[in-house]
Amino acid sequence: MIRLFANANYDFIKWRRYAYGLTALIIIPGLVLLAVKGLNYSIEFTGGTFIQIETRQPVQTAELRADLDAAGIPGAEIQSFGSDTSYSIRARLGAHATTPGGGTEETVAAVGRALDQKLGHDNYRIEKREAVGPKVGKELQGKALLAIFFSFFVTLAYLAYRFEWRFGLAAVLATFHDILTTIAFIRYTNLEVSLVVVGAVLTMVGYSLNDTIIIFDRVRENLRKFRRTNLYEILNLSINETLPRSILTHGTTMAATLALVIFGGEVIRPFALVMTFAIFTGTFSSIYIAAPVLLLIEKRWPGQDARGARAYAPREPMVTPVPAPAPSGGSGSSRSKAAV
Amino acid sequence: MRSIRGRLIFIFLLLGASIAALIPRNVTQRTQDPQTGRMRDTSVRQVPINLGLDLQGGIHLALEVDQSKGAVADCADAIQRAQRVVRTRVDEFGTTEPVVQIVGQCRLVVELAGEKDPARAVSIVQRTAFLEFRITDMKNQFRDALPGIDRALRVAGVKAPSGAQVSAVTQLFGADTSKKGADTTKKKSATPAPDTAESNAPGALSALLFQGGLPGEFLVPDEQVARAESLLARPEVTAAIPRGFDLKWGTESESRQARLYRPLYVVEDKPIITGEELTKAAAKRDQLNNHSVVVFDLTRRGSRKFCDETGRHVHDYMAIILDNRVQGQPPIINDQICGTGQIDLQNKALTEAQDLALVLRAGALPAPLQIVEERTIGPSLGADSIHDGIKAGIVGVALVILIMVGYYRLSGALAVASLTLYLLLTLAGLSVFGFTLTLPGLAGLVLSVGIAVDANVLIFERIREELQHGKTVRLAVDEGFTHAMSAIIDSNVSTALTAFILYLVGTGPVQGFAITLIIGIIASMITAIFVVRTFYMIWLRRRPDMQTLSV
Repeated sequence: MIRLFANANYDFIKWRRYAYGLTALIIIPGLVLLAVKGLNYSIEFTGGTFIQIETRQPVQTAELRADLDAAGIPGAEIQSFGSDTSYSIRARLGAHATTPGGGTEETVAAVGRALDQKLGHDNYRIEKREAVGPKVGKELQGKALLAIFFSFFVTLAYLAYRFEWRFGLAAVLATFHDILTTIAFIRYTNLEVSLVVVGAVLTMVGYSLNDTIIIFDRVRENLRKFRRTNLYEILNLSINETLPRSILTHGTTMAATLALVIFGGEVIRPFALVMTFAIFTGTFSSIYIAAPVLLLIEKRWPGQDARGARAYAPREPMVTPVPAPAPSGGSGSSRSKAAV
Repeated sequence: MRSIRGRLIFIFLLLGASIAALIPRNVTQRTQDPQTGRMRDTSVRQVPINLGLDLQGGIHLALEVDQSKGAVADCADAIQRAQRVVRTRVDEFGTTEPVVQIVGQCRLVVELAGEKDPARAVSIVQRTAFLEFRITDMKNQFRDALPGIDRALRVAGVKAPSGAQVSAVTQLFGADTSKKGADTTKKKSATPAPDTAESNAPGALSALLFQGGLPGEFLVPDEQVARAESLLARPEVTAAIPRGFDLKWGTESESRQARLYRPLYVVEDKPIITGEELTKAAAKRDQLNNHSVVVFDLTRRGSRKFCDETGRHVHDYMAIILDNRVQGQPPIINDQICGTGQIDLQNKALTEAQDLALVLRAGALPAPLQIVEERTIGPSLGADSIHDGIKAGIVGVALVILIMVGYYRLSGALAVASLTLYLLLTLAGLSVFGFTLTLPGLAGLVLSVGIAVDANVLIFERIREELQHGKTVRLAVDEGFTHAMSAIIDSNVSTALTAFILYLVGTGPVQGFAITLIIGIIASMITAIFVVRTFYMIWLRRRPDMQTLSV
């Protein structure tokens, strides 16, 4: 029988300051970059035209670009899309990348003419064509923001209902941290932010919160079980107890998202990448943000039994039940790492 | 014991129902005939899951009233008129179930699955509506010409389908006709039964046509519409149609004696009036007899013309034609109408009157539409997406199975067995509730497989802990399930909540993702908690004295 991290007893909370530093190292440059360069929004949000073509012969992107410039659509982005016979052309509204008429329909027509001239009408095929007017783009921006705020609010309400407010606040701060790191990740990788990616961010919120809830659920249980242990120990104990579950669940989810990254195709890849990152940041924040923040909150505003206030008191030996030898006999004991 | 049997029965019912919901069945598809260029309905077997446009290819259009050439006061009404017009044109699209939907206040969304040519779709949608009133073939000139048409077709080598009736025009609804005849006190032509003796073979065209309730109305069985259409387009037939008449199809099929018939009208080729001359149209309920009526006003020029024409055509039937389609049953002209007219729909529902008023307004004030969003996905791209999605799904599921069985052994195998049921349940859920599977939805399905085992992992870890604490196998299993429950519910509810918000706020593909996730969560709760529990119960009953558990 394989047992990963069974009876682990790492002092996770001890490393919290390093964890803060690490996460700041990710978030702060990301946010600075964000402020300077902004995000790479898809035409769904900016309005504009996206055309994906499949050509018979490989074409040089530089040549295509020159032809589109000549056709009066300067600044259109041309990218190879998976193979050298597959290209995407993006012309955003607002940038210089539209025809003088400014309408998306005109842009579509102009791109079509340029391609006909360059490649010949029968030598390419339009696989996908999207044209979004400025109004719809604005609406979608609004909706996406609304979705993020709403989900935040609703999960907050749910946490308030299920947990005491101290736990809820810690979980929400951890989730907020995840949103920041994910945005930083999207900025670093220059992923195109489409509605689907926003969907991935929201799913990430649910997933990360889920992870925090599992740990907090155990914390709540252990608080009831070990009346005399301080919160510091309880948090460590709970994280360690749920560690095998975390490894397993993140493992299976990671298997699914990696399969999507590798095999799922170009369209779904940004979504899968964000979800893969979400697994890392969600796991990290549940352990290193949610739990220590709960400790801080309990210290500042102690709960009824004020165990949080004693959290930094000298540690007493851990009062954990001594495990009976596992029936199957193979328990790899890491008891040697027991609390000092 | 009984509870295990009950549980097993429930599981098998669930399994059976899911499989039943996913058995491939015949679906009608509308395809373009490569030779004639007409639309043809064909039947295809496929798994009954709605695929989003991004998976099957197609066109999504969002339109708004074009206000660039002058503001439109009531855009909600304008978009309703536009919707009515686009609905009458759905036959021209290459799709069986086009979506023509008003979204929000003033936006029309048209979704055409399988349609490939965006330029064509856009031109169909944006074409200006044309409304006209035409008198039907009151003297049955077309019917009298039918034997000649049949002969011409026979000469051209077109045979009637075997088993067709011998009569030229079958009076299918004889009783109905006579009743209608009584209504129209002074029917112009006493319709004698046509002489059928001379045609000894069934006519190719007349075998498809049944005399309708009023002069110039024929009914064609739905399944014969395509054939009738192609016959009517032949040069021999167009040449033989009596001079001064056109044939126009009705919009909706009507059901008579449990069969669907599409009405076909023979109308004069000149309209007595067109939509330009209409100024207003509104539905209301007549206070005197409680009939649903539509009241319409005409322009000054229009009312002069209409006055003349209706004067000449009292007791004739007037077909209301929008974009070449006859709308509803042609009403009878009871009297000369000048200025303001009223169409009496008798005992029909007020909604029908409202619909007719909408048709009249649509013809009177065509709403110019502007495209605010267009998405076209080629069919091969959709097929590629499905292919990639399935490949990723298989790899993902295989990895999950490997991890679960490798780590939890026999218990893992139980979880994997329940995972199969989970996948079936999720897909069946999509099928039964008519939700649409989109590309992000497919990704959500793959992702949810990874997440779905979480409930099992929580339970198994808990059982391991309980076993470690020296509990017996039976007790450990019981406690494992009970203790893991609150964590499972909490975590699933939080995911479901975010997915629900995503559904409320998102657009098509993203909504598909949210739906898949929500159904997946519900299915995973059922399988992880209920099904795996049952497996354990059976296992423990078989080996009650089990000392170790493969977990």
